This record gives sequence, structure tokens and C-alpha cells, in this order.
Amino acid sequence: MFIVGELINGMYKKVGAAIQTKDKKPIQDLAIAQTNAGASALDVNCGPASANPKETIKWLVETIQEVVDTTLALDSTKPDVIEAGLSIAKNQTVINSTGADVERLDILVPMALKYNSSLIGLAMNKKGVPQDKFQRLELAATIVTYCQEKNFPIEKLYLDPIVLPVNVAQAQAEEVLEALREFKLLSDPAPKTIVGLSNISQGTVNRSLINRTFLVMAQCSGLEGAILDPLDKDLMDALISAELIRNKQIYCDSFLDAYKKK
Amino acid sequence: MPQELLKEQWPNAIDVITIGATSQEGGTRDRAIKVGGQNGLPYLFEESDMPNKPVIAMEVFDIEPVDWPDTLKKPYGDVLSNPVEWAKKCETEFKADLIALRLAGTHPDAGNKSESDAVKLVKDIIANVKIPLIILGSNDEEKDNLILPKCAEVTKGEKCLIGDAAQKNYKTLTAACLAYGHNIIAESPIDINIAKQLNILITEMGLPSDRIIINPTVGALGYGLEYAYSIMERGRIAALGGDKMLAQPFICFVGQEAWRAKEAKASASEFPEWGKELERGILWEAVTASAFLQAGADILIMRHPKSIEIVKENINQLLQK
Repeated sequence: MFIVGELINGMYKKVGAAIQTKDKKPIQDLAIAQTNAGASALDVNCGPASANPKETIKWLVETIQEVVDTTLALDSTKPDVIEAGLSIAKNQTVINSTGADVERLDILVPMALKYNSSLIGLAMNKKGVPQDKFQRLELAATIVTYCQEKNFPIEKLYLDPIVLPVNVAQAQAEEVLEALREFKLLSDPAPKTIVGLSNISQGTVNRSLINRTFLVMAQCSGLEGAILDPLDKDLMDALISAELIRNKQIYCDSFLDAYKKK
Repeated sequence: MPQELLKEQWPNAIDVITIGATSQEGGTRDRAIKVGGQNGLPYLFEESDMPNKPVIAMEVFDIEPVDWPDTLKKPYGDVLSNPVEWAKKCETEFKADLIALRLAGTHPDAGNKSESDAVKLVKDIIANVKIPLIILGSNDEEKDNLILPKCAEVTKGEKCLIGDAAQKNYKTLTAACLAYGHNIIAESPIDINIAKQLNILITEMGLPSDRIIINPTVGALGYGLEYAYSIMERGRIAALGGDKMLAQPFICFVGQEAWRAKEAKASASEFPEWGKELERGILWEAVTASAFLQAGADILIMRHPKSIEIVKENINQLLQK
């Protein structure tokens, strides 16, 4: 499972404060802790408060690269902020993210090619979020076709069906699970799939339980990546156990620790 | 219409383990042997590399073997009662890649030799042969835990391969290998789950994964070969797919298994329809070894010089690209 640790995000108080004061330690601690907990990549997001996000993302990338060689998922709605991060990244990178609008694809797909980066494609466009699996498939197909035309390697494309909060759009979770299966049929080689997990429990109580239950269900639908909190031990243990039961890992008594040794 | 070859690309490679150290590397061997490093299933050179070829170690015992049939004893002549001469013969005449010294005589039921006997023999062998050394205990836990650390101490710097560690008894040997710079054999009873668990336990004590060799335990042709083969195959596929705790080379004790088979050692007078016992025994060992090469074996422990010759030829043919 491609696990993207979500904690380096300026919208969190501690990270926001660290960015303001240029204090490397809290950022580096989070980078190390998430990596040790099993993250395959680290999301890097300046947050809404940053006055100069291009400088901020560069500082974050440099700060993180001093302590880990984990893949970096450069997360911004602004392509020039993402490119600022890519331009100084030594670690492998993922662009987080593009939607299905041609204007965004026109910028972000060539950028991913230029920097040899993976790419997360969201099944949404400027009209908004999809309402059923058919809309999700149509949007995903737009992204896949565009990437094929530009010779972007489809194995490096992660499609996100857009998870919505269960307390707001309860019918959508089932649509997401079905879309995950069908995304794999869009091309050969198939695109990979990813979800922004925490969205499912936005505004609910007992978020961790809802997150891990949905994650395991999505794993049953073939999910290959998730943006999540790797320091949520119950969540990670559920993820690893589901991988084990799906025969993705060979069992041993220390299977929870063994998973993190990769 | 030309057919396109389907090629598999794996994300992970097997660890490279170095056995033996030359004088520049702090030992006294005339060469170091590397095993492992392959990034695909065996001998599929269209899709993967195999930087180090499989090697053959010949067994030398500290006491004259009692259960060897005459066909197996014959090529060794009179050295079977003299381990140092035996080892020299394996090195010079039979061109073994490594010596596997089995301290069987330290077992309480097989002579109960002392630790000083064992240490002296290890020193003598080190002084008299120049190829890298594997040191094996007697399979008596208590005695092995006493003797193997001593042997590890007196061979410090030689980068030997010492075994076997098992799930219920790995701490003493792991600590000794860690302290004196050796590699370890991790043994599991034809059980991939235990193989993985033991590697985790050993690495958690601080010994790096590139100093572990997996002994998956094998059976001879007709005695569980297929079962061992499938376990090795499953482990290797998982390792190549990214499981670092199974990405270690395999050692297969082919000789001891093959020559235990009735089909290998029964006399022609007993079973005339089975043909000559000499050919039969040699082939039993060679066929068993060749099967495990296909399963991914990196080190074969073998006994009959003629079987070894056949298997070496087989390895060379497999390596032709």
C-alpha cells in the first residue's frame, strides 16, 4: 500500500507555527515519525496562512530532505507552488494533485513528465465533486486519456475517486468503492488508485473508527494508496492486517512490525 | 507474427552476502565469495540479473562419518578420519568453493568432543585451507551455544558463515556473529512464516539482513523436494516483490538429505532392478541439487565429488546467456 502521511500541513496549528517561525524541528520530527510508522510518502502542504507559499514549500522540502529520503507528495492547488517544491526536491516526488479540467492537465501533466514525478488525478472538475460512480468514471477516463496522449506512464498515475464525508453524503461511500474497482479497467497497464481517507469522517465523532473501517472496505475494492495519518496506530494495524488477509504480505508472528521494515 | 516476450520487473533484489575475507579485508582467505544480488527469478536473464553465481560447499566432519555408504566414502580415500587433510583435499582436488565444517563430534551422543577440540580443529583448518569457511554445530542446542561462540571468536575477521540459528535458539549465535563479524545461517522447518519471523528476530538484535542466509530446510528427491521447492519459490517471489525480511540468499543441505535416501545408498544386490548404486547415489544428489538451483538456491552443501562435477556443469550451462 502506498501510504501518504498527511501530517505536514500548515493547517495544523503546530506545523503552521513552525512555518511562521522557521522552526525545523517539529517538521523533521513529523517526517521521521511518519516514515517510521510506515509512510511511503509525506504530504507537504503549506496551509492556507502562508504569505509566500513558493518559499514556504521550498523550505519545507529542504527541511524534510535533511532527515529522510521518503517520497514527497507536493500538495497545493497552485501549480507554481508545486513546481517550486519539485525544482529543489532530491527525493522522489508525487504531484498532489490535478483535476480533470484540461487547463490544469495542460500544466500539471507536462510538469510531472519534466520532473519525473508521479501524479495524483482527482475525479472532479471545476463544476464540482461527482455524485455517482458514473461521473467519477467519466472524469477519471478524461485524465487517463489525457495522460496516454501525452505519453505519461499510466503506472505513475494515482486516481482519486473523491471521498466525501459520511455525515453529509452518506450514499457516496458505496459509489466510491465501486469506482475504485472500475478505475482499474480504464487502461492496460491500469492506473493506480488512492483516496484522501480522513475526508470520510470529517465532522463526525469517533473519526478513527470510521477511517479504519472505510479503509479496510476500500482495500477490499483493490485500493492501492491512501493519504492518511500514519501515527494512528489502530488505523495502521487495520491496514496491515487487511494487506495480510489479502495475501499481499507473507505472515509471520511479527507481521505488524515486519510491514514497516520495507 | 513474432511473439513478444512477457518480462517481469521486480522492485526488490536479494541481499548480497560476503563470506570470507582476504588479507586486505582483515582475514586470511585467498578470496571472498559473494552470493545473492539477483533481482529476478533464477536464470531468467532476459528480465533480470544474477550477479553472483551459485556456489558449492563441501562438508568436512570432525569425526569419521558413520552413516555414509561405501560409494560415498570411496573418493575420499583415507582422509575421512583426518579433517584437516579432508578439507585440503576438498580445496585442491575437488575444487570446492567453500568448506562446511560440521562439528558433529561435539554432540554428547557422538563423542562429546570438548570446546578446546573444536577450537583447535577450526584453527587448523583456517591455517591449512585458504577458501572461505562455514562452521556448523552438532544440533545439540546446549553444546552449540557453548562451542560456536568460541569458534566465532578464534575466527574473528574471517567473515565465516556460522549455523544454524533457529527460532527457539538464535540469541547466543546472533550475538557471537555480531561480536566477531560473521554471517549467520537462519534455519526454519520448511516454513516460510518462521523463516521470516526468525530474520526479524535476528535483525532486531542488530545483525544486518545482509549477513543472514536462509536455510529453508530441504528434502531430497522423493522425500519432500517439491514441498521445499514451493516454500523457497514463495519466499523468493515475496522477497523480489519487496519483502526485505525474506530477501536473503538460500543455503540448501543437499548432500545430507540425498545420501539419507534409501534410493541413494541401498546396494545393487538388495535392489537389482534399481541399477548400480554408485550411479544411483550420484544422480540422486545431483538431481536434488539441480532442482533447488531452479528454486533459487545460492549455496549448495554437497558430498560426492562426481555429483558436484555434474552440478557445476549444470550451473555453467544455466549461466550461459
